[in-house]
Amino acid sequence: MNEWLSLGLIGVPLLGAGLAGVWPDHRTRPWLLPAVGVVHLALVLARAGQAPVVAPGAWLGFDPLARAVLPAVSLLFLGCAAYAVPYLRLRSERPNRVFVALLLTVLGLVSAGHQARHLGLLWITTEAVTLACVPLLHFNGTPRAFEATWKYLVVGGTGMALSLLGSFCLGYASLHGGGQGDLTFAALAVQGPELSRPWVLAAWVLVLAGYGTKMGLAPMHTWKPDAYGEAPGIVGALLAGGVTTVAFTAILRVRAVVGAAGAGAVADRTLLALGLFSLVMAALFLLGTRDFKRMLAYSSVEHMGLLSLGAALGGAGLAAALFHVWSNGLTKGALFLSAGNVRRAAGSASMDTARGMARLTPGSAGLMVAGMFAVTALPPFAPFFSELRIVRAGLTEGRGWAVGVMLLGLLLAFLGMTRVVFGVVEGRPAPAVRRSAARFAETAGVLVPPLALLAASLALGLFRPTGLEAAWQAAVAQIRQP
Amino acid sequence: MTGLLNVLVGVVMGLNLVALAGGRLPLLIRTVAVQGVLLGLMPLILEHESPDWKLAAVAVATVAGKGLLIPSLLLRALRVARIDREVEPLLGFVPSLLLGALGTLAAVVLTEFLPLRAEHAATLLVPGALASVLTGFILLAGRVKALSQVCGYLVLENGIYLFGLLLLGSTPLLVESGILLDVTVGVFVIGIIVDRIQRTFDSLDTRRLTVLRE
Amino acid sequence: MSEIGLMLLRMAVWLGLAPLLPGLINKVKAAVAGRRGPPVLQLYYDLARLWRKGVVLSTLASPGFVFGPAVAWLAVVAAAALLPLGPLGAVAGFRGDVVLMIYLLALARFATAWSAMETGSAFEGMGAAREVSFAVLAEAAVIAGVLALCVQSGRLTLADMLGESAGPGAALLGAGLFVVLLAENCRVPFDDPNTHLELTMVHEVMVLDHSGPLLAAVLHGAAVKLLFFAVLLVQAVLPMGHWPAGTALAALAGGVLLVTVGVGLVEALLARVAFRRVPLLLTSAWVLCVFALLVAWKGGGR
Repeated sequence: MNEWLSLGLIGVPLLGAGLAGVWPDHRTRPWLLPAVGVVHLALVLARAGQAPVVAPGAWLGFDPLARAVLPAVSLLFLGCAAYAVPYLRLRSERPNRVFVALLLTVLGLVSAGHQARHLGLLWITTEAVTLACVPLLHFNGTPRAFEATWKYLVVGGTGMALSLLGSFCLGYASLHGGGQGDLTFAALAVQGPELSRPWVLAAWVLVLAGYGTKMGLAPMHTWKPDAYGEAPGIVGALLAGGVTTVAFTAILRVRAVVGAAGAGAVADRTLLALGLFSLVMAALFLLGTRDFKRMLAYSSVEHMGLLSLGAALGGAGLAAALFHVWSNGLTKGALFLSAGNVRRAAGSASMDTARGMARLTPGSAGLMVAGMFAVTALPPFAPFFSELRIVRAGLTEGRGWAVGVMLLGLLLAFLGMTRVVFGVVEGRPAPAVRRSAARFAETAGVLVPPLALLAASLALGLFRPTGLEAAWQAAVAQIRQP
Repeated sequence: MTGLLNVLVGVVMGLNLVALAGGRLPLLIRTVAVQGVLLGLMPLILEHESPDWKLAAVAVATVAGKGLLIPSLLLRALRVARIDREVEPLLGFVPSLLLGALGTLAAVVLTEFLPLRAEHAATLLVPGALASVLTGFILLAGRVKALSQVCGYLVLENGIYLFGLLLLGSTPLLVESGILLDVTVGVFVIGIIVDRIQRTFDSLDTRRLTVLRE
Repeated sequence: MSEIGLMLLRMAVWLGLAPLLPGLINKVKAAVAGRRGPPVLQLYYDLARLWRKGVVLSTLASPGFVFGPAVAWLAVVAAAALLPLGPLGAVAGFRGDVVLMIYLLALARFATAWSAMETGSAFEGMGAAREVSFAVLAEAAVIAGVLALCVQSGRLTLADMLGESAGPGAALLGAGLFVVLLAENCRVPFDDPNTHLELTMVHEVMVLDHSGPLLAAVLHGAAVKLLFFAVLLVQAVLPMGHWPAGTALAALAGGVLLVTVGVGLVEALLARVAFRRVPLLLTSAWVLCVFALLVAWKGGGR
């Protein structure tokens, strides 16, 4: 029963993708997205309600880590799917067959990636997600979108190549330590101290560089601003809140093996350094950018840095990072979708052109401001609480200086983001922007999904179900075995 | 058989340097193709005592994919784009050749210090893999033309494949075949993109891709 | 045969047979192009003619203009004397003679460049600059190749290290040394000995102002140098020391002939490369020699 639910999480979206591929009607096809999204969320909740028991040798399984992260992705997907229906009606001039099919494929593959308990399987799914995102990124078909896609492919492809090399190194570490070629994470962790240490360290560096590229940690983040800047808002939201989390859990799974091999301290140090570097780099770029979609990309780099930082700060920090996966995914989703509305209405994502959007698209502009405050940790929203937990974990771990750098980065990011967002919202709109905005109707369809995601973020901040806390703790126990 | 394997790996390492030194794209593509064919033969040599159909399938798929399919796609893109040679690479031919040669030497020296299983210590697989990965990076980072970068990516993948040969006998073959598929698809997609870039920019010069920058 | 006689024989081979090689190369080129070409012995006639002529000296030139070609000729011939001729052996040999050989070749180049600069002509200076900048890379390749031989054989005497087999890296070493041979002797694709356009000349432009016996020395020295590199290449690749004397001698002669024909074919079939591509070609030669060294080091050198 449980296995079937797990497989259903992968199979249903892929089936939906196949259906979208053969669906004849252009106008009704987008409705497949929310339909599959609802089924997926129901399956996730049904599976998450049961105990996360997985056969030790299984290659796929809904283990505690998947349980702690996958529902957030499913929720975010449902929000994006609901938004996609009115969005694709607005963009009826573009063919949507490939777009819908691949969005569903990405959902299926992300579900598989979160549940992968085998080194090779994890890599294959991540690579497949990378490739499936390519047509999504050039949905707009402009030369700039092509350029962004090319960069994404070269940088992301290189990252995936490195992570494959890292996986091989880990496999060789097992082989050198007398392993039998069983590359499930459970078997690798059991082999633990017998793993050849130099190869484990080599694997860690390569995996961190490879999956870190997919996550968008600085300095491997270069694809992110271009891709997020040129892709539709839904794709950006799914990349920032869904695809990057697969890379994050991949790093966590390898981290568990590295910890079992006795090199956990080294792994934590590298995660800490990379996290802080991403945070600071992103904050500095946020102070300079004048494009609000690129701003979102740098904000995503910043939050990936926070995840990496949290994962480095002991058990409490890791739990906070898992919490932050939720809060970042939901809040960033709301921000991406509302920013997408503003971008459509203004016809530009530059704060030099798009001005006074509060007068033209009051709903979306309001959501964007609220989302911006949420993502920069305004108290009642979830990011505030997850970041507060990271700070507390840092102080208990005795990493006061790291917390100081983090808070400085957050402050700079706040300054940079308010500068851009208020630059877009305030002021008097230019005539060209007025004409462009007149063609954009701010219907309930494009406002409710971001509003719902923001409300979810608020709810998560105000009260967290005990089941959720328990799920995060169970995942921490899975990753950081004593 | 280790001797024969080492000769093949040695040739692959030599082809890396040819790829670094050659300015003509058809030569570069053919170099990578020959590398692919050689890589396809290696599993058969490595496991010649216990050949089975899965191994043969990997060999055939590698030769067909890396040696024939991808190069012919690239050559087609070349014809469409009507370009012939790399112009003014970011990193010149002589520096990249020297860097590649030094990297190859370093790879051989470094391998002396790596903990390897006895049956792998005598082969050139690890230095070959390291050298190819480095070569791939030099081509990816140092060349301007999109097709050269794709070739660099292929050399990088070839290096990883060489390393994967160490695990060939001991891990389930599923991983290898899945990887092969992904690599092929990945490059195929890259090929399509190249095609589209061509149509949009009417040039395969990635230096033109500079509208987006911070 | 007495020791003196053998010595004389060796020198006779070096000095007497060397001018045959350029003639052979020209014959091959002519054959490929479908021409009859100059006689094989053309260089002998030229040398004899030049020897009888007088020397034109620039009023600007110091005695260095005369010394240069003489020193260069002596240095090349001395280097040749150190190189064994298969079973005939070397005129002189001692531990580390290989280093002296490399230095003598460098001295010859220095002397040529020096006398070229003596003329005070911009063309000669330009040629000298080119020659020297190519030589820097070619010399590195020669040193790497010689090191490979040292490591492979574990010896430091030319006669010993050339007698041994070059091991599995022989093909690499042979290819590298062949490229060096082409560069050092100013053949296509590095330089065109037949060109008459000063702007593109390398070696020829350095000796534009030399005439009479001086030019004869330059030409003869160049021929000896060509023979020198051909002999070095053949011996580096073939394990001549393990063969009976007759076979070895035949192999040496055959090998040198083969190399000469090869040079002729390269010259007939290849175009000259652009100047900015020359460093790449020479670096490739260096890399080939370095990899021969690597193979010698890794693969069972003694």
